[in-house]
Amino acid sequence: MFANFDFDVIRRSLGYLFLDGMTFTLTLTALSAVGGIIFGTLIALMRLSGFRLLGRIAGLYVDFMRSLPLVLVIFWFYFLVPYVGQWVTGASRPIAVGAFTSALVTFIMFEAAYFSEIMRAGIQSISKGQPAAANALGLTYAQTMRYVVLPQAFRNMLPVLLTQTIVLFQDTSLVYVLSMPDFLGAASKVAQRDGRLVEMYLFAAVVYFTISCAASFAVRRLQARISIVR
Amino acid sequence: MSYNWNWSIFFEPAPGGTGTYFDMLLRGLWLTIQTGVFAWIIALVLGSIIGVLRTLPSKTAYWVGFAYVEFFRNMPLLVQLFLWFFVLPELLPRSWGLWLKQMPHAPFYTAAVGIGLFMSARVAVQLAAGIASLPRGQKQAATALGLTTFQAYRYVLLPIAFRIIMPPLTSEFLNTIKNTAVAITIGLIELTGQARSMQEFSFQVFEAFTAATVMYLLINIIVVTGMRYLERSLAIPGYITGK
Repeated sequence: MFANFDFDVIRRSLGYLFLDGMTFTLTLTALSAVGGIIFGTLIALMRLSGFRLLGRIAGLYVDFMRSLPLVLVIFWFYFLVPYVGQWVTGASRPIAVGAFTSALVTFIMFEAAYFSEIMRAGIQSISKGQPAAANALGLTYAQTMRYVVLPQAFRNMLPVLLTQTIVLFQDTSLVYVLSMPDFLGAASKVAQRDGRLVEMYLFAAVVYFTISCAASFAVRRLQARISIVR
Repeated sequence: MSYNWNWSIFFEPAPGGTGTYFDMLLRGLWLTIQTGVFAWIIALVLGSIIGVLRTLPSKTAYWVGFAYVEFFRNMPLLVQLFLWFFVLPELLPRSWGLWLKQMPHAPFYTAAVGIGLFMSARVAVQLAAGIASLPRGQKQAATALGLTTFQAYRYVLLPIAFRIIMPPLTSEFLNTIKNTAVAITIGLIELTGQARSMQEFSFQVFEAFTAATVMYLLINIIVVTGMRYLERSLAIPGYITGK
């Protein structure tokens, strides 16, 4: 079955696959996760702010993003970001946006909808007495959130946030539709250049599987540790 | 914005001579629904079996369920589709591989089966959680009544577990439909694919994507409404989701 396989093609392209491809994937994952969590927390705060209009807008945004396929959103932003850039900078024509920036904006905006639901659950899990006590101590709303509610909510939700980040890591492979050089894109380029689809896709599958498995195992360990502390 | 809007583009004939651009999108929508439903049936059947395996007292059954779920959950869907579409035919005996490659509508079947398997792992996790959330007395009472394990699941545990996990199942069904968009990478021209080719033919990017977006939103609203109705009509009075 593996008789006419050429596993050497993997060894020859390791540098390109990991130094270029995997670096792209991991950078995109990390920046999108940080951006998505920050933006998602803001959306969650809007939803829980008690101002009806703000809450409605945030809720609509989350429902809207969550009902669209990521592939469609990637296409949307790929074409939309240059026009938005033109509008923001006041340039005379749509500005050129690099592949990485476009992908980053897409993933931050898309994942923020999912992260915001997690953060909302986290904020709601904090007992009412906490903000009430903070209020009684004379802390402002911003201080209450910054020093009392959010640190605890974030800590409680850390395993879930990390699990969502693993999903995000897998989802970044979809930038393939814009032929970007992420890990899968790099593997696919080598595969098509050398006519070695089987070897490269199997290798890509093994790499994604190993990283995701190791990461979810680490998250499970973390979760066990956190739940003992509480 | 320096973009020329042209909403009447939908009524202009599309290249290929098969109707207007709107017809093109409708064909994509229909294919999205077909693929999604086909995949969902596979996901539901396999997911139920694996979900039950994970709750059985047998250690082997648990490990089989665990391995299955980990296998399908830890690879991106796109990579899995590539494995089924490009790699599997090469690994099979020659004649089988040829048959797979020459099968008509290969992208459709690959997408339906691939997405079905991918989603079945998620359904299994939900169902196992649903069964685990039942009070222990249910299983014990079933055993005390002399039901076999199969009967206990069939008549006692599963009917209630499925009712409990109805809301997460609704979102998994929606995820299945959304995931069909990933299949454009193996050449399935579903809704997102048709919007993309409409954009390439007509250069009216935002009209094409807006139409696709509206169609996805409609699918969502219809599924959510339908499932809520189903949930209400299946509710057991006085029990958990019942009134």
